[in-house]
Amino acid sequence: MRRDVVTAAIGIVVMTILLGLVYPLFVTGVSQVAFPGNANGQKLFSGGRLVGSRIIGQSFARPVIGKNGKPVEKEGETVTEPDPRYFQSRPSVTERGAYNAAASTFSNLGPNNVATREADEEHIKAYLELNKPYLPGLSAATTPVDAANSSGSNLDPEISQANARIQAHRIAAVRHMSLAAVDRLISSYTDARGIGFSGEPGVNVLELNLALDRSHGRASP
Amino acid sequence: MTFTGWLTIALFAAILTALAIPFGRYMARVYTGERVLLTPIFAGPERFLYKVMRVDPGREQDWKAYARGLIVFSLAGWLLLYLILRTQNAFYVPHALNPLGFHSAPWNVTFNTTSSFVTNTNWQYYSGETTMTYLSQMVGLTVQNWLSAGVGIVVAVALVRGIVGRSGKSLGNFWQDLVRTILYVLAPISVIGAFVLVSQGVIANFSDYLTVHTVTGLTQTIAMGPVASQEVIKELGTNGGGFFNVNSAHPFENPTAFTNFFEMMLVLIIPAALVFMYGRMTGNRRQGYAIYATMMVMFLGAVAVAYIAEAHGSPAQHAAGLHTQVISGSTGGNLEGKEQRFGIAGSALFDTITTVTSCGAVNSAIESFTGIGGAVPFSNLSASEVIFGGVGTGLYSILLYVLLAVFIGGLMVGRTPEWLGKKLEAREIKLAGLGILITPLAALFCTALAVASHAGRVSISKAATGPQGFSETLYAYLSQSNNNGSAFAGYTGFIQPAAGNVGSHGVTFADLLGAFAMLFARFAPILFALAVAGSLAGKRVTPVGLGTMRTDNGTFVVLLIGVIILVGALTFFPALLLGPIVQGLTTHLY
Repeated sequence: MRRDVVTAAIGIVVMTILLGLVYPLFVTGVSQVAFPGNANGQKLFSGGRLVGSRIIGQSFARPVIGKNGKPVEKEGETVTEPDPRYFQSRPSVTERGAYNAAASTFSNLGPNNVATREADEEHIKAYLELNKPYLPGLSAATTPVDAANSSGSNLDPEISQANARIQAHRIAAVRHMSLAAVDRLISSYTDARGIGFSGEPGVNVLELNLALDRSHGRASP
Repeated sequence: MTFTGWLTIALFAAILTALAIPFGRYMARVYTGERVLLTPIFAGPERFLYKVMRVDPGREQDWKAYARGLIVFSLAGWLLLYLILRTQNAFYVPHALNPLGFHSAPWNVTFNTTSSFVTNTNWQYYSGETTMTYLSQMVGLTVQNWLSAGVGIVVAVALVRGIVGRSGKSLGNFWQDLVRTILYVLAPISVIGAFVLVSQGVIANFSDYLTVHTVTGLTQTIAMGPVASQEVIKELGTNGGGFFNVNSAHPFENPTAFTNFFEMMLVLIIPAALVFMYGRMTGNRRQGYAIYATMMVMFLGAVAVAYIAEAHGSPAQHAAGLHTQVISGSTGGNLEGKEQRFGIAGSALFDTITTVTSCGAVNSAIESFTGIGGAVPFSNLSASEVIFGGVGTGLYSILLYVLLAVFIGGLMVGRTPEWLGKKLEAREIKLAGLGILITPLAALFCTALAVASHAGRVSISKAATGPQGFSETLYAYLSQSNNNGSAFAGYTGFIQPAAGNVGSHGVTFADLLGAFAMLFARFAPILFALAVAGSLAGKRVTPVGLGTMRTDNGTFVVLLIGVIILVGALTFFPALLLGPIVQGLTTHLY
């Protein structure tokens, strides 16, 4: 027994040094040298300014400006509305604003709950308000599920191709571009399936929006 | 459903099998002390560790000595981890290891978390990016990711040695097995796997959280950290505790559909290889194939049900007017709580894999699965995680079921039950029976307490009305008793008003009841499994005759599946009826 206690006490300390310090420091150190971009979160810059991570989703809503020329606040949070010039990400329910990447969370909305139906209805309504003027045939039935359902991480960097093609009508009109040009940009920022078969293709919203700004400037709202 | 969805599932099963067979052969060589490819690299460090830890590797242990080492070591790990988590800001910590100055979580939450990581459960009431410092994640949680996995694996190895043992009572040496597991099995895959993950976008840094100014004039804060080193062992050791709150749904933990596939492979490689190792060590590889077939049949059944159910969509979606069939450019289905890059198949497959094993990592919200889709994780847990199961725990648990199946089969044909030439007697059957019943006992007892008391019901989330509230509770204790760690994550034991734990408090009832479930249902079955091993080790082997019931053919596979389903169904069916089944059968919204 005594022998076991001594071995256990030494063992846990030795293992903590080996597996808790040496191993993570080695992996992190080598990664910093071998894959600095990935290891640091694939930062994207625009005009020298850090505008996000390629693989963390963002909100493309803008602050609502009140009559006094200042952003409107409600309960301490800035009120926002979707910016029609940009492709919109999937709905996000993170606390203190959508796409809060310091506090990832599941929505935990159950399959048979009224709260889930209400959330879906609200997201569909917002999606139709934003896109229907540019695509009159759009309805709840033709709204892609990813535009109505919040994601797992609520930081999903992607939307489905169907979702992007619907929003393309709005982008083309607001930015005075041809639909074909917008669709071409969508194709260039669509990530294919993993190793040819795993998962689903998705459109990277942040990259696509940055490309829009680069190629066509910031159109007036 | 799509063709590529089914293709992913089929290819996954095929590649897993192709990798697990040679890896099982490798593991058999490691544990029988033969030379392997990595011996030249690790023989030196191995000897060094024995010397420092004062281990005499040649010293054989009977089951009691083996169990004593295991319990004392786990206790030491528990104490150190509790200390680390409770003092994460009590002394000087370099800025890079606690960039946001987080305080410690309260004692009750820490008690739960500590028990959780030492038992390979990794149930998380806390959220990583708002609770844990980088230092705690590294020297606290990552270490137990390795050690609890190692402890699980060595129990399986010891049980196999007992089953095949020809002489005396020895089961090997606990310390030697543990050191070998870490060096020869876990370390090589972890280091290489970590770099594979980083090459695909998993992060590995000690930076401050990023502050980003978005194109529309908003500010976004992005959590950072040394994720890769923890991510790989989280999957490989079937631990499942995420660096971030949303676990493998987080783009920094699981950035692409390729990493999703890779992580699923990491989760199942050791549990699958252990089965082939067992076959080799018994001297009859068909013994391993029979168990593998049993697991694979039940696994594929579970995946298929989950995929079909999730692709169909949920009643709430349909009530809101959404159409959930596949259309051009959209996967359709129930995408609530699922990431676009994984889609329906990649999410259903991942969550099935991590609930048949004791991993419990998730890449999509199980609470948002449809009734029938959610019943799949429930059923996996109800089968006590013998379909592959956790590293080691899966093998020793299914071997107890094999023992029971042999006994029942023997009774049916009217012969003395014999297994691999050893007569099974009352003692082994009693021990195996108890070992099997501990987990259901803990799960149902704790669920009953939690739904029957006010103190238990406060943990149910506000949105979980109707049967969802019961499902949340049952899942919480089923998951913790099975040392799984996945969750209907609305169930809470930790109230945290702001990041960094100032002003936070735990829900003592849920925290301690869960900790009890995890500790009791981890160590009691381990002791029963080791006792069975000790009891079998001393038995004489009689030659196989015409009257021996075979345990390596299709008939036995069917019998074994029957026993697993029977025990699971009889124990859990009434409880499952009240939760997921009623939700699966109705389109009513609550």
